[in-house]
Amino acid sequence: MSKQVSISSYLLLRNNQIVVDGQKVFENKDLSSTDFLQAAYDHFQINYPKFFKMDNLCKTGFLVAELLLRNQKLNEKFQPEEIGIVFSNANSSLDTDIKYEASIATAPSPSLFVYTLPNVLIGEICIRHRIKGEAACFVFDIFDAIFQTDYLNSLFETEKVKTCISGWADYYNGKAEAFFYLAETGKENSDIHNSLNVNKIFQGI
Amino acid sequence: MSELIATLKVQIIEQLNLQHLKPEDIGDDQPLFVEGLGLDSIDALELIVLLQQRYGIKLANPQDGPTVFKTVRTIADYITAHKK
Repeated sequence: MSKQVSISSYLLLRNNQIVVDGQKVFENKDLSSTDFLQAAYDHFQINYPKFFKMDNLCKTGFLVAELLLRNQKLNEKFQPEEIGIVFSNANSSLDTDIKYEASIATAPSPSLFVYTLPNVLIGEICIRHRIKGEAACFVFDIFDAIFQTDYLNSLFETEKVKTCISGWADYYNGKAEAFFYLAETGKENSDIHNSLNVNKIFQGI
Repeated sequence: MSELIATLKVQIIEQLNLQHLKPEDIGDDQPLFVEGLGLDSIDALELIVLLQQRYGIKLANPQDGPTVFKTVRTIADYITAHKK
């Protein structure tokens, strides 16, 4: 590999808390997951009306990507084709699949149907942040840091990406969980992008 | 007609998940798509579902969609003309 890949920033959403680079930035234990996502949207003064139309998985991932990238100026540093996004989850789009199946009994909802694929989350984030690089979504029982880091490092090694948003975004049964980090080269004071460090951050809260 | 228009605004917000809007934010003659409220093709499908579910009206010719769904008032006109 020509250059060392590092973790330049990360964000973790779990148990109604949001942690950015080790600092807790928002918490509300009294709310349901869906209300928590809305409260975080309001708290961080995000203005993106499409958010209200998203399913819970997309809201979870969108919110985390929004907070991770808001100060990164990715579009000033990279071409859209140089920015990748790779994430995985355990429950795919099951939360919305179940709701869509229920809607079939009366009138199938087109707006639910469009969210019956987990990789729609990638589309939502790519539209918002003008990302056109390598994109992939995987489904695993649990977060697999070894797979995730190997896959990402191969993208850097083959020069498919110059920076990549990576992590985990899951929503099912009223439980939201997301962990996104930004992997880049040339960040000397950041953690090295390997499975040990990624797992350590993932287990953070 | 004004009562139907007011009801439609509430139903559109609910059906299309436009929680950032209040009924009074939607003008009776404001374009719903593109330069107006910014609705998209999926929203158009949801409006078709709304007509079927709430008013028992099926859009006979999909080509009529852009005309029928131009504004809240044109939807109200269509409902008034086609409600059984």
